[in-house]
Order: sequence, then C-alpha cells, then structure tokens
Amino acid sequence: MTDYNFAYLDEQTKRMIRRAILKGLAIPGYQVPFASREMPMPYGWGTGGVQVSAAVLMPEDTFKVIDQGADDTTNAVSIRRFFQKTAGVAVTEATAKASVIQTRHRIPEEDLREDQILVYQVPIPEPLRFLEPSEVETRKMHSLEEYGLMHVKLYEDISQHGAIATAYAYPVKVEGRYVMDPSPIPKFDNPKLEMAAIQLFGAGREQRIYAVPPYSKVVSLDFEDFPFEASKADHPCDLCGATDSYLDELIVDDDGGRLFMCSDTDYCQGRRAAGHVGAQGVPIEEDAA
Amino acid sequence: MIQVENLSKSFTLHNQGGTVIPVMEGAAFDVAAGECVGLIGASGAGKSTLMRMLYGNYLAASGHVRIGGVDVATAEPREILALRRETLGYVSQFLRVVPRVSTLDVVAEPLLRTGHALDAAQARARELLARLNIPERLWGLSPTTFSGGEQQRVNIARGFAYDYPALLLDEPTASLDATNREVVLTLIEDAKARGAAIVGIFHDEAARDRVCDRVIDAAAFTPGMAA
Amino acid sequence: MTPLLQVEGVAKFYGARVGCTDVSFDLYPGEVMGIVGESGSGKSTLLNCLAGHLTPDAGAVRFDTKTDGLRDTVTMREPERRMLGRTDWAFVHQHARDGLRMNVSAGGNVGERLMAVGARHYGSIRDTATDWLGRVEINADRIDDRPTAFSGGMQQRLQIARNLVTGPRLVFMDEPTGGLDVSVQARLLDLLRGLVREMGLSAIIVTHDLAVVRLLADRLMVMKDGHVVETGLTDQVLDDPQHAYTQLLVSSVLQV
Repeated sequence: MTDYNFAYLDEQTKRMIRRAILKGLAIPGYQVPFASREMPMPYGWGTGGVQVSAAVLMPEDTFKVIDQGADDTTNAVSIRRFFQKTAGVAVTEATAKASVIQTRHRIPEEDLREDQILVYQVPIPEPLRFLEPSEVETRKMHSLEEYGLMHVKLYEDISQHGAIATAYAYPVKVEGRYVMDPSPIPKFDNPKLEMAAIQLFGAGREQRIYAVPPYSKVVSLDFEDFPFEASKADHPCDLCGATDSYLDELIVDDDGGRLFMCSDTDYCQGRRAAGHVGAQGVPIEEDAA
Repeated sequence: MIQVENLSKSFTLHNQGGTVIPVMEGAAFDVAAGECVGLIGASGAGKSTLMRMLYGNYLAASGHVRIGGVDVATAEPREILALRRETLGYVSQFLRVVPRVSTLDVVAEPLLRTGHALDAAQARARELLARLNIPERLWGLSPTTFSGGEQQRVNIARGFAYDYPALLLDEPTASLDATNREVVLTLIEDAKARGAAIVGIFHDEAARDRVCDRVIDAAAFTPGMAA
Repeated sequence: MTPLLQVEGVAKFYGARVGCTDVSFDLYPGEVMGIVGESGSGKSTLLNCLAGHLTPDAGAVRFDTKTDGLRDTVTMREPERRMLGRTDWAFVHQHARDGLRMNVSAGGNVGERLMAVGARHYGSIRDTATDWLGRVEINADRIDDRPTAFSGGMQQRLQIARNLVTGPRLVFMDEPTGGLDVSVQARLLDLLRGLVREMGLSAIIVTHDLAVVRLLADRLMVMKDGHVVETGLTDQVLDDPQHAYTQLLVSSVLQV
C-alpha cells in the first residue's frame, strides 16, 4: 500500500461526491453541482471522471480506462496507473472483466452488465451552452423544460449542411425530462446509452456530476423529417473485419493509403483472437495477444 | 344623427402663466340624417374648433356631442375609435398618412378597416380616384409627394370611400378647379341622398348654398363675440 | 367586452426612487397604445413590469389568457408567465441584438419560437420562416445568413418576424424605430401598421418620438417622473394637450 488515502481523495470528499452521484441518479440527466477538487493532473485530462471513479471504486474492483476506445494512450495509461498506485485496485484492458470503466469519448462495443459502472469524462456538461452563454438562463431553461433552443442548433445544422451534422456530443433527452450532453461520444454510440450498467458523468472544471440509471430511456433529439441516425464510416474493420463497430481512420503512408480499424481496441483484439481477420489484417497468435 | 348640447371649450396655456382662453360656450344644434349644415362665421369664430370637438380631436370642457349613440365629449378612446371607424368620417384640409403607402391603399383603408374585401375596397378606391381626376400613374405612389390640390382630392376620395352615416367636411372644395369642385359637390349630394348627416365648413358660398340645408353661425357660441 | 390587459395600480421603486407608480389602464383587443415621456420618465420600467421582465412592487397586471380568462401575471407561476412570453406575448427591443440570436441564422431566429412550442418538422418550420421573412420584406435567399450580415433596419424587421411568428395577441415594443434612419423608420412603421391590422394585434409602444405614436397608436399615455400625467386618444392628446408637461412636450417637437 501507499501513503495515499484509498483512491487519493479523502473520505469526506468522496462522501460529498457520492451524495452528488446519488442525487444525479435520482434525477436522471440533471446536472448536480459539486465541489470539484484540484487533482494532480491538468483540467481536460479527465479530472471530473477521476473524481467520480475515486468515489465509486472499492478495493475489490477491477478498473479499466479507455481514451477514444483505446486502452494504451498516454491519458488512459496515466489514469489507470494513478488508481493502481493510489487505490491498489486490479486493472484490466478487457471490458468484460472490468467492474468500473472510465472513458473518454466512447462507449465500449461490448454490451455492459448490471454489475458494471461506466464513468465518463466530460468537458462541457451544458448542452445549451452553445447558444445560450448565461448559466442563470440555461438553469432556468432546464428547470422549466424550455428546450426549443436545442432544436435551433439542429435546425442550424440542417440549414447549413443539409443534414444534422452534429457527429459527437449529440444531445439526448433522458427519461422524457432533462436534455443532456452525453459527453463527446460519437453519435454512433447514442443508442448504447440505454444500457444495463450505471452511467456517471463527471466534469471537473465545470464542477458538475450527472447520471443515467440502468435501463433509462435515452432519446436522441431530431426532427420528424430528419430523424436521428447513428452513423459510422461505411467500411468494415481492416484488422478484424467487424461491420458493427465504430471505426478510426488512419492514414498509413505518404500516398494517402488508408486503414479503418475499430476504435475499441479491446473489442478488435478480442475478435482477432477469436480468428476474425480483416482485409489488411494478419492472424495473430494466441501468445502475441 | 348629430346632437350638440351646451358644448363649451377653453384652452389653458400652462406654459404661458396658466392663461385660460375660453373659445366656446353653450354651443347647441342638431343635424338630422340626410341633412347638411354649414358652419359660418368670421375667421377665429371657432368653426374649426367646433369641428374638431365633434370628431373628438379636441376635448370638450362641458356639454355633450352625441353621434350615433356615442357621447364624444365623455366617451372612452376605444368608443371614439369605433365611432370614427364605423360611423363618423372626417375630411380635413390636411392629409396625414404613413409615408410610403400607395395612394390606392390610402383611399381603400377605411373600407379595409371596416372589414370589406381587398378587391372590393380597391375597386371603390379606383373609381373615386378616377372620378376625382387623379392620373392613374400616381395611384401606386405615396400621396405625400403630391401637390396640394392632389392631396386634397386624395383626402376627399378617402373620406367618401366608406359610406359613413355622419360626415364632417372642412373646406372640401377649397383649391379645386371647376371640374373637380363639381365632382365633390355631387359626392356630397349623393351622401345626403343616402341619409348621411353632414356638417361642413365652406368658404365657397355658391357651394354652401347648393348643398347646405341651413347654416349655423359659430360666432353665436364664441364668448364675447355673440352677434 | 373583456379587456386583453387590465393594469391596476402598478408601481415599481428603485430604493427610494420612483420607477413608476399608480399606473392603471385597460387595453382592449386590437388597440395600440403609445407610452411617451422623456428619458427617465418611467416608461421603460412600466413596459418591463407589464411584460413580466420586472416584478412590480405593487399592483396587478391581468391578461386575458386563452384558457382561464383574466389572470394576474404578477402572481402567476414563472413557467406560465414565460410560456405567455413565447406564445401570446411578443417583445420587440429597441436594439435588435437584444432580441435576436446573433450567432443563429435568420431562419433559426424565426423558427426558435415555433420549436419552443413544439414544432418538430424541419420542412414546415423552414416554410413558415420563409413566409415570415417575406412578410417583413427580407428576401428568401437571406434565410441562412446571420443577422450580423444584416443592416439595422433588416435586423429590426427580422426581430419583428421572430416575435410575430407564433401569432401573439399582445406585442410590447420598446422604441422600435429608435436608432434607425428616417426612411427606414417609415418603412418599418408601415409594416407594423399593416401587421397590426391584419393580425388584429394589440400593442403597447414605448417611444419618445411623437410622430411614431401619431402614426401607430390609437391611444396615448404621457408619463413624467414615474407618474401618468395624461391619457386619451392619440390625436386628442397631441392636438389638445391638457397637462402642462404634455403641452411642453408637444410644443418642443420640431416641425418639418
């Protein structure tokens, strides 16, 4: 063990954050203000998500961190090591083995279960901020359910691009009441927001926590004549051949050669381990995984 | 149709030491439907003041002006507005319109305000403008740029577009040539024939003699000027 | 006939200073009332009290709601008042940028009130917006431009379209022609008069411009130091003013 209190934060702070989380779960989609602490990392690196994770982690938990779907980016590795060091919890890259998953900008491809918690890192929690700069006014709009402005943003999209061009942070309405920013996940992930796991959202700089309880109704906003579409690149994964996963596009040489691969590295790895091979992929050996 | 009873008026000039100028006292007369009454009297006798009081433009100090069941001297603004819209027309010497509105629309407006269809209202406006010899090429322009005589005729067309049961005419034939004067006098005779009660100021004595059934000397109501 | 708006004993104080006090009047459907007075006379304070932007310290502002008849908007719950603010009421600000979203296209500005009351069909929202831009004489091909690219007069017309699109019954206007060129003012006045007549609107217009009220308002209320000093038919108040202050006001206007 280390000299840190379990999961870095002191117990009083964790209690305060848990109260905010409970309130958030009781009022799905409602942004609960909380006294965000200074964390030993810069804002924008997931300080909100880290505080929420710290408040929910138990010594017996298995922790996974993904950044845009990947377990091996600097950000993901740092946060994973942070809790390894301060909480001594087990860590994993396998979605199915994790009990708490902290994520930036993605929802794992694999369906989550009731015994799992998904923690999102949120940069700007206020979906109405784009058009209404006043916090006083946006709070009033939420409390009075005045959400016409949200559609103004979608209207602007269609009038300028011929379609709803919002591709990430696509606004949703939770349980028919609060309009919520699902954090900058691609809109491909929006249908997955209706899931078995608990979803918690933490915004450190903006000092807000909100939540979506398991099996909550989460509807992506749209127009009757321009319905919501969960789009992705029209291509299978070049490594594992998956046609149902969200893809990253990589430029692989100076001639504009391209490679599409699953953004969820664990999902891709799992498929390749099971013997699936994409157009540019090579079979991997069991021991190489 | 029009009943004036013990009407008086004074102006208080607050910004000139509160000077009170009495201008009318005890005015009383009736005008029946189909009748035209001419107001006479020297300049300053209060003819125009009386006309403005009949229209509700000047506030009465006391007395009554009953027109079509409304006492203009005491009515609420909205009652006077309804009266002006439905019952009481006024052809003044000055045309006051929103700039930029076409002559045709200016003339048709009293009909549109009383719920007439656009087509019918514009047809009536065209007919009147043609009768009053306003060249057709001017109909689409705002009358604010017209000559005095043309503005006067547009004003008359507007005043006669809708068949008001009561009409106030302030010098309707002034500055008109013989042809247009004849048209206006015919319009007045037509209005009388359909039963309009008319009060008018005519300096043109021949016109007055032709259309007025009787005259009233406004000097009789002027304090200190009674004949 | 039920008045559309019934104002009784409205007062607003800023500490010891009087904003406006003892204001009462009835406004009937289709009536346009002007409120005139110099800067600081309390006319804007009064307008904001009537429109629910300020809470009066005393008095009642009853509005003839569609469902429940006359209701005091001062004591009404805020959600209801705000709902009136985007359905039955409209507010035209002196500065268009206070009444428009400058970072949203003209079409989005006009469509916002429709979407706020539940419109969810892009095509029909756009058709309605196009129609309204036409009614305020803005070319349909400007629908996707932002108001920042518009002239002052166009911005003001856009603000009017944005406000009238949901067919309000009462429009509050605060110096609607202030800051515009004379020729642009005339065009706007003509437009407003036409819309008021076609839609049977009632309106309360605050201005210090007597020419504007003469052309637009049926009735006039003259304010000085927070008090109403004179009311009446517009032409009667302007041509035969009774109160010392009104006489001074009328005689101060430059004749053209």
